[in-house]
Amino acid sequence: MPVTKSEELELRSAADVVSVRQAVRTWAIEAGFSLVDQTKMVTAASEIARNTIDYGGGGTATLELIVESPRRGLRVVFEDKGPGISDIQQAMTDHFTTGNGLGLGLGGAKRLVNEFHISSRVGEGTRVVITRWK
Amino acid sequence: MSAATDAVIPRILKTHEAELLEEWLREQLSAFRVGAKIFESELRSQSREFLNLLQQATQGGNVGDVQGPSYGRVRDMLGDISRSRSLQGFSPSETATFVFSLKRPLFARIRIELATDAESLATVTWTATELLDRLGLYTTEVYQKSREEVITRQQQELLELSTPVVKLWDGILALPMIGTLDSARTQVVMESLLQRIVETGADIAIIDITGVPTVDTLTAQHLIKTITAARLMGADCIISGIRPQIAQTIVHLGVDLGAVITKATLADAFRRALDMTGQRERVLKSRA
Amino acid sequence: MDRIPILKLRGLLLVSIQVDMHDRLAMQLQDELTQKISETGARGVLIDISSLDIVDSFIGRMIANIAAMARVLDAETVVVGMQPAVAITLVELGLNLPGVRTALNVDKGMAMLESAKRDLEDLPDADARHKE
Repeated sequence: MPVTKSEELELRSAADVVSVRQAVRTWAIEAGFSLVDQTKMVTAASEIARNTIDYGGGGTATLELIVESPRRGLRVVFEDKGPGISDIQQAMTDHFTTGNGLGLGLGGAKRLVNEFHISSRVGEGTRVVITRWK
Repeated sequence: MSAATDAVIPRILKTHEAELLEEWLREQLSAFRVGAKIFESELRSQSREFLNLLQQATQGGNVGDVQGPSYGRVRDMLGDISRSRSLQGFSPSETATFVFSLKRPLFARIRIELATDAESLATVTWTATELLDRLGLYTTEVYQKSREEVITRQQQELLELSTPVVKLWDGILALPMIGTLDSARTQVVMESLLQRIVETGADIAIIDITGVPTVDTLTAQHLIKTITAARLMGADCIISGIRPQIAQTIVHLGVDLGAVITKATLADAFRRALDMTGQRERVLKSRA
Repeated sequence: MDRIPILKLRGLLLVSIQVDMHDRLAMQLQDELTQKISETGARGVLIDISSLDIVDSFIGRMIANIAAMARVLDAETVVVGMQPAVAITLVELGLNLPGVRTALNVDKGMAMLESAKRDLEDLPDADARHKE
């Protein structure tokens, strides 16, 4: 799938979550998303960016503008070399409002995007890819 | 089509790229009417890129298979050009001209290359014409689809205009919906309702679906989501005018209306809204 | 480093979140608010999020925390000014804000808090306050 534009951002500290949010907002506007779709994408990115920092020990977020004729979209790939998630199924159903230790926003983020892929290996790291199409 | 003849086109594209580019540009520029909206430098870089991608795509053999994977990038590029030209207001012919005007320069080259081999000349020329025809048609398809998208978007905007949000009273809005609700339409309308709530500072929005014959699951869910969103923002919603058929559908689909207030008629909903905003007494007094 | 200012107005505390929050700022805000509620005996907290074009689970948790802490200190919390796109996204996200009331804008939010305050003060029996 052709990538017409790509940029990698560091995810080390909480301030980086803000940077990623702003970048995703800008790119979502460039991709022509409606306001609601922009908001959904930025919120999803924020959730996963936080996870990458809080549970993944930091990593990267790579933004990509993609074209799959005739549709265009925005994809963000989050990668970390952290402890990984042992039970992805469970992680996806955890609700952040229950206030338990993990509180991962993965399940919620999935509902905000069109495509959601996650792969993780304990001891090696996690990779989450979210995509929204215009 | 043998391997030898298959290799001719990519070879020509590679070896004679510069001349082809110049001749092709000349053809294109002469095809546009005076005052055309395209700049030569933009056209030049688009043309150069296309020749490049075409050369790569034809490299892999199977020259005529424009729907195949090796032509992926060519299709993407043509798709982008078609879309942007349709949005810029070019006609379909002007858009397809991009590809078709490459024919003459390319055939001229082929004729020179295969001057001594009449049979190969015929074969390769035929392949080239087929190839460019298919690519030209592809640009027309994308152009078409792009136009359709514009029309759809305009329709949506019209829909928004045709489903006005009405202010019934201080702090009370009404949204009378008419006709079948599909998911996309509901989305657009609901977003504008929420926006109007903010703009008018409404406490209550009455969504009247008396004029809606049927509702599907997605739409029902969308209604619920909108009401939840309105509540998150600080406004309440009342659904009025639920027909028996829709009530049945809602129950059948297992949609949970939860705490959503429903009223049979818009009038009932209005009365309820007045109560909720503590204005009922004032209205009754003014009628006395 | 920026701080989020907390305004005191008619026995209520007013906070306007206008900046892209990060963890430290959020923690700081929660601490300061709790302190101020205690100090001033405020009966209500109004959180204005009309400038936020994003509310994620982190901010949501912060708001819920503030409301919970305020409740412990006998104060109500009202969140005002949520943007439509944000509201729609939160619904999709599945985030709800327990114990948090909402109003469309600052005026309505203050009216809500003040009427709640008034209702309580009208009651002759001090014990009845705990039932609210």
